[in-house]
Amino acid sequence: MEMVKVTIDGIQVEVPKGSTVLEAARLANIDIPTLCYLKGINEIGACRMCVVEVKGARALQAACVYPVSDGMEIRTNTPAVREARRVNLELILSNHDRSCLTCVRNQNCELQELAQKLGVNKIRFEGERIDYPIDDFSPAIVRDPNKCILCRRCVSVCRNVQGIGVIGVSERGFDTIVSPVFGMSLNDVPCIYCGQCIEACPVGALREKDDTERIWDALNNPDLHVVVQTAPAVRVALGEEFGMEMGTIVKGKMVAALRRLGFDKVFDTDFGADLTIMEEGTELLNRIKNGGKLPLITSCSPGWVKYCEHYFPEFLDNLSTCKSPHQMLGAMIKSYYAEKNGIDPSKIFVVSVMPCTAKKFEVTRPELRATGYPDVDAVLTTRELARMIKQAGIDFVNLPDEEFDPFFGDSTGAGVIFGATGGVMEAALRTVAEIATGKPLDNVEIMEVRGLEGVKEAEISLGDITIKAAVAHGTANAKALLEKVKSGEKEYHFIEIMGCPGGCVNGGGQPIVKAKDRMDVDSRQVRAAAIYREDRNLPLRKSHENPSIKRLYEEYLGHPNSHKAHQLLHTHYVPRKKY
Amino acid sequence: MAVSVLTENKEKFEEFKKVIEEYKGKEGPLMPILQKAQEIFGCLSLDVQNYIAEELNIPITDVYGVATFYAQFTLKPKGKYKIGVCLGTACYVKGSQKVLDKLQEILNIKVGDTTDDGKFTLEATRCLGACGLAPVMMINDHVYGRLKPEDVEGIIAKYRDE
Repeated sequence: MEMVKVTIDGIQVEVPKGSTVLEAARLANIDIPTLCYLKGINEIGACRMCVVEVKGARALQAACVYPVSDGMEIRTNTPAVREARRVNLELILSNHDRSCLTCVRNQNCELQELAQKLGVNKIRFEGERIDYPIDDFSPAIVRDPNKCILCRRCVSVCRNVQGIGVIGVSERGFDTIVSPVFGMSLNDVPCIYCGQCIEACPVGALREKDDTERIWDALNNPDLHVVVQTAPAVRVALGEEFGMEMGTIVKGKMVAALRRLGFDKVFDTDFGADLTIMEEGTELLNRIKNGGKLPLITSCSPGWVKYCEHYFPEFLDNLSTCKSPHQMLGAMIKSYYAEKNGIDPSKIFVVSVMPCTAKKFEVTRPELRATGYPDVDAVLTTRELARMIKQAGIDFVNLPDEEFDPFFGDSTGAGVIFGATGGVMEAALRTVAEIATGKPLDNVEIMEVRGLEGVKEAEISLGDITIKAAVAHGTANAKALLEKVKSGEKEYHFIEIMGCPGGCVNGGGQPIVKAKDRMDVDSRQVRAAAIYREDRNLPLRKSHENPSIKRLYEEYLGHPNSHKAHQLLHTHYVPRKKY
Repeated sequence: MAVSVLTENKEKFEEFKKVIEEYKGKEGPLMPILQKAQEIFGCLSLDVQNYIAEELNIPITDVYGVATFYAQFTLKPKGKYKIGVCLGTACYVKGSQKVLDKLQEILNIKVGDTTDDGKFTLEATRCLGACGLAPVMMINDHVYGRLKPEDVEGIIAKYRDE
């Protein structure tokens, strides 16, 4: 790699050619403030917070986009630099809804942090203020333009990473706004509610629809039997909200916290994942055997499902009819569990803790009411659960480890890996291979489908047939893959698609990783590593070996894809318009 | 969705399709397409913008961003009467802002908007070249000079009744 020498604040560093001043400064341990910069996603030099002096340059330059050259001399801490950064920040603050005390991002806000860092201790500019209505019509995402600082991080992630572009920059000058077209609500445009915009937002302009009050009300209602279930990706990220290192597995503490919050039962969505594998694996083998519609495409990710309904309705028959794992478990709780324990399903309130904002929309689907009641009543994101734990005064870090409640808390490693891209595919193949060949797999770890490559492919031989599989994560990657399937360029039996880049571990409901930390760590990788570690820790790693799953089929469902299973665990989809 | 503007006039739509075919694949096709679209349909409605986005395979927010950035584009059809109040230096000094404020008040719309009945569109213009008559406004091709805010009501009433 060709290297160049640059001098930053008198410190000489050697950096790869093509680096930006920002990257070079980090190598010299110099911290340059940024606001609109989001590594690999939004590198546009718009906010002018990272300006520096470059010797010979006409004006101050934005470090996040300015490339270094050999012999360059840069100064990051001069009166002119400090003044420019401060005034720029003060101007942003002058038109910002500064209700920090009541903001969901209080103490986790990049703007607030910068104001403190740059020593802004009074507001000098009081001028006209923008006052827009808050868009809270969708069940999943709230948009508050009065807090928006026009950094465009959300626009980039929606348009470029997800390939969707339902929010964009419009109007000009003081009237500039980030919004859907024609001032529409997110509820009226083909937004898939993946929540990646929330993860990108440095402030509180984008946030999840908060359901914590609804959950508190349910917990305080003596007539309700309140049951909670947690998705696999939550246990590898929740700790971050309490200052624990990224990638820490906090399953036991999470279960303990949920009991202390007052939930009557604490179940594991991993059980639902194991159940999904039984149903979906059988569906795959049936479709292959009986000449059904192929490729079969997974349907666990509600962001992806809504994407398919809006953008690729021609693939709706390819979608697995399986409900997503937490919906399956919800349906089982309100049927089997209710019957067995003599509880009226109308008195059961099921809460799912999910790494996902799209699940908040999913539970409102009228088709997901197998017992006549919603399979799941409410969804909390990982962030909201952390908020409730804090509100309850629970010392999370020092909690003892506790176990899930039996039966619906029993699961396998296959259920855990649903949380990372490739996990559903791997879990399915672990079971399908054994059912098809009647022989146990030599190695349950299918490395071809793991990792962060946009589209992954694998071929698995099952006796006389070879299953061609593909995995995509993030809807832009899904789009590229589906275009190839559509044109006939590629042929597969089985495709896994997750709406978020990296899968659920990086879902729109997960703890927000600040732009600064994103320069050093990739949360998709670190959290996924924890998922695979957890899989390896478990005695059972194949869904069909889960003893409670076996019992559920023996006692209640009969066999996978039985009539009863279809009634309770399967669903259908509807084409949706764009505009 | 409201495909109305596109389908309600087949001739216009056919003409517009040809425009898209002409510019598709060329560099920077969006501006000329938007200009032609406005010429043909009179404004850039949601369905027109959605059609452009689909044809060019770009997000509609890209189209909308450009359409709202430039003052030459309009999203809603213009009213039957286009009122342009001059905010050039001479008119401004002579109080044209007060005239404009009065118009916003009696029409109950903001600058750039059109009344719900489709009768009036209110705009602020640059110098109209009639500084001797400042403050000046135009309603379609008719110039009104030496205006006072209290004159406005009567003038508008005349057009309202037509």
